[in-house]
Amino acid sequence: MKYILAVLVENRPGVLTHISGLISRRAFNIESIAAGPTEEVDTTRITIGVEVEDEFELEQVVNQLSKLVNVIKIANITYVDSIQRELALIKVRANKANRSDLVDVVEIFRAKIVDVNRETLVVELSGEESKIDALCEVLTDFGILEIVRTGRIAISRGPVPAKDM
Amino acid sequence: MKMLGAEVVIECLKAEEVDIVFGYPGGAVLTLYDALFKTDFPHILTRHEQGAVHAADGYARATGKTGVCFATSGPGGTNLVTGIATAYMDSIPLVAITGQVGVSLIGKDSFQEADICGITTPITKHNYLVKKIQDLPCVMKEAFYIARTGRPGPVLIDISKDVFNDTLDFVYPETVCLRGYRSLFAGNSNQIDLVIDALEKAEKPVIFVGGGVNISGTSEEMRKVINLTGIPVISSLMGLGCIPSDVPEHLGMVGMHGTYAANMATMDCDLLIGIGVRFDDRVTSLVQNFAPKATIIHFDIDPAEVNKNVRADLKVIGDLRWSLPLLCEKIVEHSITKKQWAKAEWVDLVQEWKREKPLASSLPAGGIRPQTVIEKVSELTQGEAIIVTDVGQHQMWTAQSYSFNTQRSFLTSGGLGTMGYGLPAAIGAQITLPEKDVVLFTGDGSIMMNCQELATLADNGLPVKIIVMNNQVLGMVNQWQRMFYGKRYSHSSTKGCTDFVKLAEAMGVAGLRVTKPEELNSVLEKALKMEGPVLVDVLLPETEDVLPMVAPGGRLDQMVLRGIIG
Repeated sequence: MKYILAVLVENRPGVLTHISGLISRRAFNIESIAAGPTEEVDTTRITIGVEVEDEFELEQVVNQLSKLVNVIKIANITYVDSIQRELALIKVRANKANRSDLVDVVEIFRAKIVDVNRETLVVELSGEESKIDALCEVLTDFGILEIVRTGRIAISRGPVPAKDM
Repeated sequence: MKMLGAEVVIECLKAEEVDIVFGYPGGAVLTLYDALFKTDFPHILTRHEQGAVHAADGYARATGKTGVCFATSGPGGTNLVTGIATAYMDSIPLVAITGQVGVSLIGKDSFQEADICGITTPITKHNYLVKKIQDLPCVMKEAFYIARTGRPGPVLIDISKDVFNDTLDFVYPETVCLRGYRSLFAGNSNQIDLVIDALEKAEKPVIFVGGGVNISGTSEEMRKVINLTGIPVISSLMGLGCIPSDVPEHLGMVGMHGTYAANMATMDCDLLIGIGVRFDDRVTSLVQNFAPKATIIHFDIDPAEVNKNVRADLKVIGDLRWSLPLLCEKIVEHSITKKQWAKAEWVDLVQEWKREKPLASSLPAGGIRPQTVIEKVSELTQGEAIIVTDVGQHQMWTAQSYSFNTQRSFLTSGGLGTMGYGLPAAIGAQITLPEKDVVLFTGDGSIMMNCQELATLADNGLPVKIIVMNNQVLGMVNQWQRMFYGKRYSHSSTKGCTDFVKLAEAMGVAGLRVTKPEELNSVLEKALKMEGPVLVDVLLPETEDVLPMVAPGGRLDQMVLRGIIG
């Protein structure tokens, strides 16, 4: 089963080391991890996608992460009505002949072209993972040179922030 | 008043009521050692950083206070690693302070540079790298607070050399502000009501005590629970001491080398109450087969321990200093008494197991039985000594055969199983408890892993008595090779030229030797009466097994009992 955890941590040196160290030491199966600053200057939010066998394993992930001194709060937003997004930048081979086909694909996916040159272009897409996967699959036909993805971030709908969940 | 960073460290130690530090100097901590010199702060120079960290650990285990050790950057820090991991596995409060290279040299592969924070992240409760002197007082305060509160553990503070030399107007913070850290004390008392319900329904209960009872110092409350209810008790290696070994309800240690009665009771009980235990694999063997008929209740301060290894049906999360008195109260309130289990013939059954198959030896008459050595020391010290061990067969024999009386009287590396732990840990314990008998049981393998600390022992005139259970083999390895590897004794013999008596004497420790059974009593008596440190080299037969034994992956009621008399 896959779960999404919003982990609020103190923005102190070494905090990411502590988190990644714990994940590897306890052999947790982490699918994605994305970190960035928040509305509070001294707080960082880390969205972790985790794959576990059952609720007991999830409980272990949450309890072990909670023990880290710099972890302030963990919210399991898997079952909360939420918006989940990932950002991807994809560098695709594009020549005069197939460029317009490529533009069509990009439009269908409501992606954006953010860089163009004679041989390639860079496509930017934000959305759920499955949508990005789908675009990547289609773009494979054109020849993908490079993919970079941020990993999933998520926020709940409605007024309650993760820190108050 | 302006103060050097090094002096700030010393002032913080004073504020935390640290009365002694164990350590080893080096380039990055020279200013710190200069401050030790100027303030005449008590410090024990060990002969290896590993000795310093184990000594601080022994000090902490014996007293419940936080142990402190110093080491320099690079190899100084990396030499602490085994000791920090040892303390981490057994939840021992420890603050390790290491020097780091100058701020501008960090990350440049400088001389004696190692990323000790990175290295110790998985084996510390928390760690800090201090690069600015302004952070130092707060970090020191937090480190001690984190090390000793909640579930205790080691905290490492890596301080750049520049910080020791910088100056600061020193004010020690009165409180800590850690947004993400709560040291839990009281939990939810409804959880204890559920325990009472389970007790009322149970017919065959067992209480399983662990290191948490020793760490929290709640052996009195634990004894009260046993006295009130008469419930049979089993103990993990780390739980030994909190219930006296000779209490009739005490069935002994459970697990791979547990007693017949403790292991059978675990398999047959209908309620198992774990108190401050981790359900380690050396206890449970295959978790699927552990206590198959029982409702399992888990008392622990650390929520992450519940359901980590064994699924608990009920949990009581909180400090045992909170939960055990409350449990006593409610037991009295609901008059849960000995009669209940007597009616179910449970108490008789476990006592029958205890009588039927007591611990015994497989040795033919003639040689010195290792168990006899421990029993004799137990008798001579009346179970009142601080007993320290290394790791291996002698450790298990000590756990089985010494008659413990008090909490925090058995210092052993349980979780990590660190050979070489014993001698420095005994030093740490003896320094803080000078009036106590401190006896170290070690093996011919283990003693060599930190034998340089014999010098520390002698030079500080500490009267630790060292019993080397010398069977000239790495006994536990040998036993496994005998049992599971077709007697192919690959590299497990230590037979050679080493003379432990001379080794001891070379470093200023008196040495005695026992070669025949008839000499044993008189030499042990003599050694325990002698002033100052003594090493007794006891020559034992090579092939004695630690029994009972549950083969890896076996069930607790499928013990190898061969050789057990009766």
